[in-house]
Amino acid sequence: MLAFILRRLAQALVVMLTVAFIAFMLFQYVGDPVTNLLGQDATPEQRLKLRTDLGLDEPFPVQFARFVGNAAQGEFGLSLRQGRKVSALIAERFPATLELAATAALIGLALGIPLGVYAALKRGSFMSQVVMTGSLLGVSLPNFLIGILLILVFAVVLKWLPSFGRGEVLAIGPITTGLLTWDGIKHLLLPALTLSLFPMTLVLRLVRSEMLEVLRTDYIKFARARGLPDRSIYFRHALKNTLVPVITIAGLQLGAIIAFAIVTETVFQWPGMGLLFIQAVQFADVPVMAAYLCLIALIFVVINLVVDLLYFAVDPRLRIERSAAGH
Amino acid sequence: MALSAPGGGAAAARALARFFDGDVWFSFRTSPVAIVASLIAALCMFCAVMAPWIAPHNPLDLASLDLIDARLPPAWMAEGRSKYLLGTDDQGRDILSALMYGSRISLFVGLASVLLSVVFGVGLGLLSGYAGGRVDAFIMRVCDVMLSFPSILIALLIDGVGRALFPNAHDTLAFTVLIIAISLTGWVQYARTVRGSTLVERQREYVQAARVIGVSPARIMRRHVLPNVLGPVLVLATIHIATAIITEATLSFLGVGVPPTSPSLGTLIRVGQDFLFSGEWWITIFPGLVLVMIALSVNLLGDWLRDALNPRLR
Amino acid sequence: MTAPLLEVRHLKVEFPTRRGTLLALDDVSFDIAPGEILGVVGESGAGKSLTGAAIIGLLEPPGRIGDGEIRLGGERIDNLPHARMREIRGRRIGAIFQDPLTSLNPLVTIGRQLVETIQVHLKTGAEQARRRAIALLQETGIQAAEQRFDQYPHQFSGGMRQRVVIALALAAEPQLIVADEPTTALDVSIQAQIIGLLKRLTKDHGAAVMLITHDMGVIAEACDRVAVMYAGRIAEIGPVADVIHQPAHPYSVGLMGSIPSMAGERERLLQIDGAMPRLNAIPTGCAFNPRCPQAFDRCRVHQPGLQTVRSTQAACWLHAAGHGGPA
Repeated sequence: MLAFILRRLAQALVVMLTVAFIAFMLFQYVGDPVTNLLGQDATPEQRLKLRTDLGLDEPFPVQFARFVGNAAQGEFGLSLRQGRKVSALIAERFPATLELAATAALIGLALGIPLGVYAALKRGSFMSQVVMTGSLLGVSLPNFLIGILLILVFAVVLKWLPSFGRGEVLAIGPITTGLLTWDGIKHLLLPALTLSLFPMTLVLRLVRSEMLEVLRTDYIKFARARGLPDRSIYFRHALKNTLVPVITIAGLQLGAIIAFAIVTETVFQWPGMGLLFIQAVQFADVPVMAAYLCLIALIFVVINLVVDLLYFAVDPRLRIERSAAGH
Repeated sequence: MALSAPGGGAAAARALARFFDGDVWFSFRTSPVAIVASLIAALCMFCAVMAPWIAPHNPLDLASLDLIDARLPPAWMAEGRSKYLLGTDDQGRDILSALMYGSRISLFVGLASVLLSVVFGVGLGLLSGYAGGRVDAFIMRVCDVMLSFPSILIALLIDGVGRALFPNAHDTLAFTVLIIAISLTGWVQYARTVRGSTLVERQREYVQAARVIGVSPARIMRRHVLPNVLGPVLVLATIHIATAIITEATLSFLGVGVPPTSPSLGTLIRVGQDFLFSGEWWITIFPGLVLVMIALSVNLLGDWLRDALNPRLR
Repeated sequence: MTAPLLEVRHLKVEFPTRRGTLLALDDVSFDIAPGEILGVVGESGAGKSLTGAAIIGLLEPPGRIGDGEIRLGGERIDNLPHARMREIRGRRIGAIFQDPLTSLNPLVTIGRQLVETIQVHLKTGAEQARRRAIALLQETGIQAAEQRFDQYPHQFSGGMRQRVVIALALAAEPQLIVADEPTTALDVSIQAQIIGLLKRLTKDHGAAVMLITHDMGVIAEACDRVAVMYAGRIAEIGPVADVIHQPAHPYSVGLMGSIPSMAGERERLLQIDGAMPRLNAIPTGCAFNPRCPQAFDRCRVHQPGLQTVRSTQAACWLHAAGHGGPA
């Protein structure tokens, strides 16, 4: 077990280093690294000083090591577009994205799992066909279009909900949240709903297909042959076995949600990291791009690790026992 | 059946006859969903391909635009005009024509990306499966890492780097970068599938015998592995077309996709979003509808194809 | 003559398909007395498992009972509503399936699976159910039952798992156990142990057994009576010793003759030419007639019912009243 953790940590390190390398290449060779660090309004003296300070004539590995050292501390220089420290920008925007992503994930799970179970148990019924067709639509409709449709219905036609921005937020320490104000919640609703649709349909289809597979297994057949009540079979046995693979995929979806937040934030002008990143891409603001990349990679790696550990906790077959199997 | 003259024609005719007699065609004939989906997809493709000839107006020709005709609603509404069936945008461009031209771009980018993706993925998969050892391990590692990142991020990154590298790129370059970006997001699935099949075939005795005789690996792949993976790859590619089109639309919507001189459906939707609040919903909704139709019909086709080719479900 | 425990009369099981309805079981009739072990033997596809599935009420759709009756203790069970059939399953009819590896839910301890079954049918308290479960485990020969109670299926070997499965089948004290190929997936050395266990336990608990297998050795070892099935029909049925040593149906003759004997002279093994017909190509008249060395005109036209031959019954015109008997 310990060996497993160590191995995964080592893999994680390799991935992070690779990503750092790509970010480093971006920094060095795309645009001017001095400009990347100082911004566009630096004086020639500042540039020269920085060039020697940075040791841009030093060997590659040394520069890379320095970059990694800086990155590990969150130091990515100044944003080309805004002239402010990248780390400050990201820290400012992170809570907004987190709030959006977490809410979307919760909605996705809370609706996706029950609907998936329903579609599996009532397979062939009219409602389950409706659910499945709906899920196909959820997969075919691009994120931004759903957002626009929701805006059209709820903001333009019905005028119930606002369509851009975050509304009123309260600060709790370094984190700002809109969840504590009614205005904030109203602003959160449409973007979170939009963002949740894709993971929701994924979870729905996954739960349904897994559950159908499980319902075909011998042990379910045997449970039926033992006369166990349907409710027990479906919710105590089948659901348990279904959720194990669902957990991994759902966990990995969290990463995808954070990435797709880019689109949702653009549609709703939600002031999060995603919107920052898009503006950086449009502007070729390399420091911000590099920083976002490293941060996202870190988040992904952490999520992957946690999901792997979760697997251990849930599936007893993976826990290596010491007691010998009898004969 | 009388003996016909030998040659490709007879063989093709027989193959065609077998196809129409077989389970796949039966499954197609009896599935209303598949028929409707393929009809819609065919219609969209037709309009897209023939756009320059059948579109009522040319939205790209700035000289033909008339500001007086700007912001007209669709023809069936009060102030609409039958000349502009689906209305016009703020510059007087006919929405219907813009749709056709836009679909053209969207489909072009989508198909090109998938093609590139398939070639790249299948090639790497064959290499990985056949070479084995460290080459295989390395390629699979790359696949794993790529899979753990969402496609949109990869596409954005490549596109962003492309923009930073070539800030004043002309259209062809921009399109190339875009196509490469999208194709790099989807090749992993082909590589994995093909690798799996290659590994299986490689163990077979007749392959080992062929190698002993000295048949080249390329020929072995072509004759034994490729026919087996054709089915699954086809299914994956069909669904991938829908994904690629949506990815391109998303990138264009975000403003980092196709160049503004060749608006795709995504670009149209982005431009149209600004007019939602002033009530001119058609500028954004119609491109959206077409996008959904294309994606949905291709997805349905892919779903049906997967079930039809799955021997377990027959 | 005590009343039979299970009566199957003219059972027909059919499968509606795209190209017509296939008759998988045709006019199957037999009895099982309380406490007796009836073997059902035949080639793959002869319909043995389907008969078992029909009796427990777990026919997989689109298969369905087309005609006939199944009575347990005098009451009809083939047309019961779902809820009532569920009560019978486990409590009055138990089942054992072929693969012990897949018969047990890998995510639930065997103790819990036992206790669950006991509590559903016997409505005992938790502590009592636990004691009963441990006692059952000990009966089936599992050492250190108390410790193994909380272990998972993957921690047991194949033979041990099948013992657990037998314990589960017996947990609610059923009157009849349908055992579908209980030893086929096990090592030969374990097979004898499991068969012995099954015999002993069912005798101790007073349960009858319908032992489905393609292995004549198991039949000879364990059964009181045996039914030979062919192409969805019963070819011959009678006491084990009689069917083995004096088979009346030409198919049974071929079957017994094809089993090598360890004792005595090694003679040439009998081989029956041809193969069992597929469901969509069953010959008119007696299903065996194309392969039968003694077929005559009547065999090709009329399907024979069970004719009494000394102590057995065989579905063969050779033994019909008026015919002279086999040549």
